[in-house]
Amino acid sequence: MAETLDTRVRGRGLRAGLGRDAVTVYALVAVVVIASLTVPYFAGTATVNFLLIDAIPVLAIAMPMALIIVTGEIDLSVASIAGLSAATTGVLVAKTDLPLPAILLIVIVIGLACGAVNGVLVTVIGLPSLAVTIGTLALVRGLALVVIGDEAVAEFPLDVTTFVTSTIGGTGIPTMMIFAAILVAVFGVILHFTPFGRGLYALGSSLEAARFVGIRTGRSKFWLYLASGAVSAAVGVFWVLRYSSAQSDSVQGLELTVVAAVLLGGVSIFGGSGGIVGVVAGVLLIRTVNYSLQLAGLSDTVLTIVTGSLLVLSVIAPSFAARARAARDLRRARRGRALI
Amino acid sequence: MRPEPSGLHRAAARIFLSREFSVLVAFVLLVAVTQLVNPRFLVGQGIRDLLLNATIFVVMAVGEAIVILTRNVDLSVGSILGLSAFGTGSIFAAFPGVSIPLVFLIGIAFGGILGAINGLLVTIARVPALVITLGTLYIYRGINNAWAGSTQYFAGDNPAGFSDLAVAAVGSIPLISLGALAVVVLGGIYLAMFRSGRDLYAIGSDPDAAELYGIPVTRRVIGAFVASGALAGLAGVLYASRFNSVGADTGTGFELQIVAAVVVGGVAIFGGSGTVAGAAIGAVLLTTMTGALAALNVSKFWQQAVVGALIILAIVIDRVLALRTARRLRVAGSTVGGPEPAPAGTEAPRG
Repeated sequence: MAETLDTRVRGRGLRAGLGRDAVTVYALVAVVVIASLTVPYFAGTATVNFLLIDAIPVLAIAMPMALIIVTGEIDLSVASIAGLSAATTGVLVAKTDLPLPAILLIVIVIGLACGAVNGVLVTVIGLPSLAVTIGTLALVRGLALVVIGDEAVAEFPLDVTTFVTSTIGGTGIPTMMIFAAILVAVFGVILHFTPFGRGLYALGSSLEAARFVGIRTGRSKFWLYLASGAVSAAVGVFWVLRYSSAQSDSVQGLELTVVAAVLLGGVSIFGGSGGIVGVVAGVLLIRTVNYSLQLAGLSDTVLTIVTGSLLVLSVIAPSFAARARAARDLRRARRGRALI
Repeated sequence: MRPEPSGLHRAAARIFLSREFSVLVAFVLLVAVTQLVNPRFLVGQGIRDLLLNATIFVVMAVGEAIVILTRNVDLSVGSILGLSAFGTGSIFAAFPGVSIPLVFLIGIAFGGILGAINGLLVTIARVPALVITLGTLYIYRGINNAWAGSTQYFAGDNPAGFSDLAVAAVGSIPLISLGALAVVVLGGIYLAMFRSGRDLYAIGSDPDAAELYGIPVTRRVIGAFVASGALAGLAGVLYASRFNSVGADTGTGFELQIVAAVVVGGVAIFGGSGTVAGAAIGAVLLTTMTGALAALNVSKFWQQAVVGALIILAIVIDRVLALRTARRLRVAGSTVGGPEPAPAGTEAPRG
C-alpha cells in the first residue's frame, strides 16, 4: 500500500517535473543563444561573472523555498532573515574582534531560530504560512533595525571581500558559486532521491493522504523552515561581503524575487509538483533576461516588466495547454464511444 | 435560524465575541494607554496626522479584504497605487486647470482597469491569484518606472484646491478620512446586504460548491479584483494629495502591509470569513501603532519589530478563537442532536 502510493507519487513528480523543467531549460538556452548573437559584449567571461554572482542570493534561497512551496506552504520572511543576518554581521564586524567563521556561525544560529519560530507557528499551532511569514517578515526586519539602527557598516576585511568577489581562474565563474552549487546539489538530492523528499510531494498533493501513509507532516515542514532560515542567514553574510555594506534594509524585497523565480521554474504554488532543475533554470532565466536587456541599454527598473510577464506567462501557458489537452481527450473519448 | 430563545442575548454576545470587536478593543486600549502616558498624543494635529496616515491604508484594506474573502489575494495594490498617484501628478502637470472630481474619477477608473486585468487573468486562465498578482505587481511597477523615470511631482506642482483636500477638515477630522469612512460603510453594506456581496463569502468558503450552486463565480471574482484595483486607484489619488512627492517607487512594498492589516482585522487569509469593517480597523490599528509607539517614547528602531509581533499575535489569537468556536459549535451540535451547520456566511469556522 505504502509502496504503491510512494511509486505513484514519485512517478507523477518526475513526469510533471521533467516536462515542465525541460521547458524552462530550453527557454534559458534559447535566451542565452539569442543574447550571445544579438547583444554586444554579452558573450564573455565578464558576463558569466556578473550574471552568476548576482544570481547567487536568489539561487541559494530558492532551494529551501522550492521545497517549502512543494509542500504547499510559503516563506515570505527569507529576505528579512537575510537582512537581520546582514545587520548582525555588520555590527559584529564593526564592534567586536570575532573571527568571521564565528560570526557566520552566530548568524546561522540566529537564522535557525527565526526558521524555528516560523516552523512552530506553521506546524505546531497550524497557522497559514502566508499570514505567519508576512508577520515574521515585519518582525525580523524590525529586529534588524534594532540591531543596527540607522547606521551602515562599510568596513570589512579586504582579503575576505576580495575572496567573496573572486572568480575561479580565468573562467569568470564566481568562487562563491561553488558553495551555491553544493547547496543546489544537496537540496536536489534531498528532494528527488530521498524518501523525505518524495514525502514532500505527497504532503503538497494531499496532506491527509500523506498523514495516512505515515509521513510526519509537521516535522517535515518544520525542518524545511529551519533550512530556509539557515540558508537565508548565510545569504545575508554573503550579501554584506559582496556589496561591502550592511544596513537595516539590506536584502529588502528579495522574498518576492525568490518566489517568482521558483514559480517560473515550474513549482506549483498549490504544492505537489516541481523540480530543482527547473528552479535553477528559472533563477538563471530571470537573471539572464534581465542582464542581457540591461546590456542592451534598457534601464534596470523597467526590467521588472519582463520578470512579471515571464511569471504570468509561465502559469497561463501550461493552464491553457492543459485545458486544450483535456478538451481534445474528451473529444476523442466521445468519438471512441460513438464508434463502439 | 436561531433555535435558542435568547436572541437578543446572542446577538449581543455575537458582537462582543466578534473579531472586529476585539480589534477595536485593542485599538481603543492602545490609544487610551498612549494618551495616559503622553497627554500630547491626542491633540488636534496629532489626531489629524493619525487619521490621515490611516486613510490611505483603510481604503486599500477594504479592497484587499473583498478579494481575500473570495479566497484570492491581490499583491499588486502597491503598484496600482503608485501608477495612480503618478498619473495624478502627470494629469495636473499637463492640464493644470482640470477639475478635481474628474481626476478622482480617472484614478478610480484607471485602478479599476488594472484590477480587471488581474481578475481576467486569474479567472480566465484559472491560475492562482498569488502568482498572477505577483506578476502584475512587477509589471505595473515596471510600467511606472518606465513612465516616471526620474521624474517626481511635488505637492507644489498640484493646484491649491487639490493639496487643500488633505488639509480640509470637519472639526479635527480630515475630509478625506470621512471619505474613507464612507468607503468602509458602503463596502460593509454591500457585503452584508446584497446578494452579490453574500456570494463572495460563499465563493471564499467553497469555490466549487459556489459554482455548483449557480453563483457566477467568474463574474464575482473579477468584480472583486476590479473593486480592489479601483480602491487602490482612489488611494493613489489620495496619496498624491497627502504626500509631498510621487515618483517611480511610490507605494513600493505596501502590498504585504495591506495584507497584514486585513489579516489583523480578522479576515481569514483563505477566504470566506471576515468583514471590511474589521479590515479597516486592522489598518487603523497598524498605522496608529507606529505613532503611538513614538508617543510612548519607544525607540524608533523597536517600532517595526513591535508591529511585526502584533501581526503574529493577532493571527495566533484568531486561531485560538476559531478553535474554541469550532469546539463550541460541535458540542452544541451534538446536544441538539442534529448536524446544524454554522450560520451561513461570515462566522463559519474553517476546519
